[in-house]
Amino acid sequence: MSDSNKSFSYDDDIVKKFLIATLLWGAVALLLGVFVASQLANWKLNLGLPWTTFGRLRPLHTNAAIFAFAGNGVFAAIYYSSQRLLKTRMWSDRLSRIHFWGWQAVIVSAALTLPLGITVGKEYAELEWPIAWTINALWVIFGVNYFKTLQVRRERHIYVAVWFYIATIVTVAVLHVLNTIQIPVSFWKSYPVYSGVQDALVQWWYGHNAVAFVLTTPFLGLMYYFLPKAAEKPVYSYRLSIIHFWSLVFIYIWAGPHHLLYTALPEWAQTLGMVFSVMLLAPSWGGMINGLLTLRGAWDRVRQDPVLKFFVAGLTFYGMATFEGPLLSIKSVSALGHYTDWIIGHVHGGALGWNGFMIFGMTYWLVPRLWKSNLYSRKMANVHFWFGFLGTVLYMVSMWVAGITQGLMWRAIDANGRLVYPDFVETVMRIVPLYWVRALGGALYLLGFVLLLVNVYKTVKRAPKSEKSEVQNAVTLARVPLASLGHTPHRILEGLPGAFSVLTLAAILVGTFFEIAPTFFSAEFAPAVPNLKPYTGLQLHGRDIYVREGCYNCHSQMIRPLIGETKRYGEYSRAEESIYDRPFQWGSKRTGPDLARVGGKYPDLWHYRHMADPREVVPGSLMPSYPWLLKDKTDFGIISRKLAVMKSLGVPYTDDDVRTAEGEARRDAKEIADKLVAEGASTSHQLEEREIVALIAYLQRLGSDFRKGLIK
Amino acid sequence: MEGARVNIIFLLMPIAVLLGAGFLAAFIWGVSQGQFDDLETPAHRAILPDLLEDANEGES
Repeated sequence: MSDSNKSFSYDDDIVKKFLIATLLWGAVALLLGVFVASQLANWKLNLGLPWTTFGRLRPLHTNAAIFAFAGNGVFAAIYYSSQRLLKTRMWSDRLSRIHFWGWQAVIVSAALTLPLGITVGKEYAELEWPIAWTINALWVIFGVNYFKTLQVRRERHIYVAVWFYIATIVTVAVLHVLNTIQIPVSFWKSYPVYSGVQDALVQWWYGHNAVAFVLTTPFLGLMYYFLPKAAEKPVYSYRLSIIHFWSLVFIYIWAGPHHLLYTALPEWAQTLGMVFSVMLLAPSWGGMINGLLTLRGAWDRVRQDPVLKFFVAGLTFYGMATFEGPLLSIKSVSALGHYTDWIIGHVHGGALGWNGFMIFGMTYWLVPRLWKSNLYSRKMANVHFWFGFLGTVLYMVSMWVAGITQGLMWRAIDANGRLVYPDFVETVMRIVPLYWVRALGGALYLLGFVLLLVNVYKTVKRAPKSEKSEVQNAVTLARVPLASLGHTPHRILEGLPGAFSVLTLAAILVGTFFEIAPTFFSAEFAPAVPNLKPYTGLQLHGRDIYVREGCYNCHSQMIRPLIGETKRYGEYSRAEESIYDRPFQWGSKRTGPDLARVGGKYPDLWHYRHMADPREVVPGSLMPSYPWLLKDKTDFGIISRKLAVMKSLGVPYTDDDVRTAEGEARRDAKEIADKLVAEGASTSHQLEEREIVALIAYLQRLGSDFRKGLIK
Repeated sequence: MEGARVNIIFLLMPIAVLLGAGFLAAFIWGVSQGQFDDLETPAHRAILPDLLEDANEGES
């Protein structure tokens, strides 16, 4: 490629590819969303199959929404706007294609593995190590292509949208790499190097910044390009965009611990997270205000133009979500809202209202331009807007009401100091009508999306057949000899933005590596409580079944030091109790009760019957039935390897433990099976070989160390 | 003991500081590059038509 060539064309083919993928996966994500929402309203929709239970499909829904729908949408925005803002074609067409097809391959493999129960068990980081590391590699490829494009740009000035894209690329790389450091047990199973509190902290540092750097910064970049374009007005205040960009990227990274308020995380870290979260209001609203005020003098057009309508509503939902976020990060508000559906409502206000609407606005603007056609029906687009708007509002409002209702019921204590609603299931049954409203909201949103698909299809279909990419002309930035850039090496480096960015990234990663490495070698990072025994082989295997079935999607394992919780579940959770937990399973939502102290609460037979059909022991329960756990055989052969990996991570197993793990596990299983039979379990053939036995072993371990006084 | 258990925070804090410092450095660098000297034209330039000149004849 010749840098001095004045004529070039933009690579719009890659934009089209990403845009079509956005719409395709958007349909999948929304369909799944409506389906899992309906499962909560009626448990029968779990269909009695392992692959279609809520615990396995919810992660597929969230991953599809974040990484497939929003992800592809963001890439379409970045590839379209960056080329134009930098006045150059992407540096390498080949890297662009590798990025595209690789990303779709990752999504397909997610769609295959998650329903199969292949999961790491950490929210929005569920994809197992081969897929996770493919993502890391693809991200580097994308980053290299992007920074090289920056380097060959023909416009010296870097517009604010591009700054947002750069922040996205750099930060997501750091976050995703750090959160996906896992030691494989097999090709489809691994354990994180972090455990318990550590794992929780890293996970939510990652998790919250997935919101920040996948669902916020690139979307603000999108907004800064497409909104002024559509409004045909320059952004209200370029100065404000600079201020709010730098403060946003600086503050966001600290906010993660607000997901862990009142947990076993040290209080000072919680406070740090809370303070930064509250501070986030200012830069977030800076973006919203700047976007909305860009429309000054163009408000009359908002009435007719669906593109502007979506952008205006999107920004407003962004403003609401970023007000609600800091509010929920205040400890006393979190005490009520955490673990309830309020959080789910909050997230969807952002996902449906902000991310969805910004992508829709962009799509309606982009499709006619990319395919050189006119939008098939503006009226249909306006109808889409109202379906989407109504759907989002129904979703948010129903989940606010559900969340606050349930939160208040959990903590209600009567004059005698007793829980008013001691049966957890009562608090769930109360909000089932709201689950139906939520499902209806989601269905309306999906219906609107179908209108978008029809509109796009018709628009593309009537586009002229042969289209040639237009030749662009722009003067190349003058190539000056390196020496003339400055007298010192660093002055020269400053003239080379690509090299500078790559070096900065390398500097972060090198330092990171040297700080991570000790976690592999130093016992200090996984301290042993002398008398606290790690999980037995059978318990560990049972725990992996718990992770596989996605139990964490509805059950927490973290009792907060709040009176309503300690009365219901027992003593609040201590940090020591999860030191062997890889991954941690504290959870983030309680559609079912907390399980941190469920061990010993019920006899083995109760769990056996409960897993076969929850309604047999808990009338009114929403939980799916897990009949396959009573049939499927435990893979005893892998247990030794699991212990070996755990041992390499510092868990105090002896070599003997590892060697005899399989035999021990079989003995433990036989013991539980015999007890089950004695208690009157409908004897299935070779009960000790069934997975249910391993799961019961794990569930009965939960909280038992504390009960035995091993932890103070 | 209590501190050792959450040592990861001593890793995450420097990374957070590093990321923050990185963004600060990028900002200072951007300023020194003249990225923020002009706070008016960039906003207008972004919405100019993409096509700057007519295509050259004979270009394939």
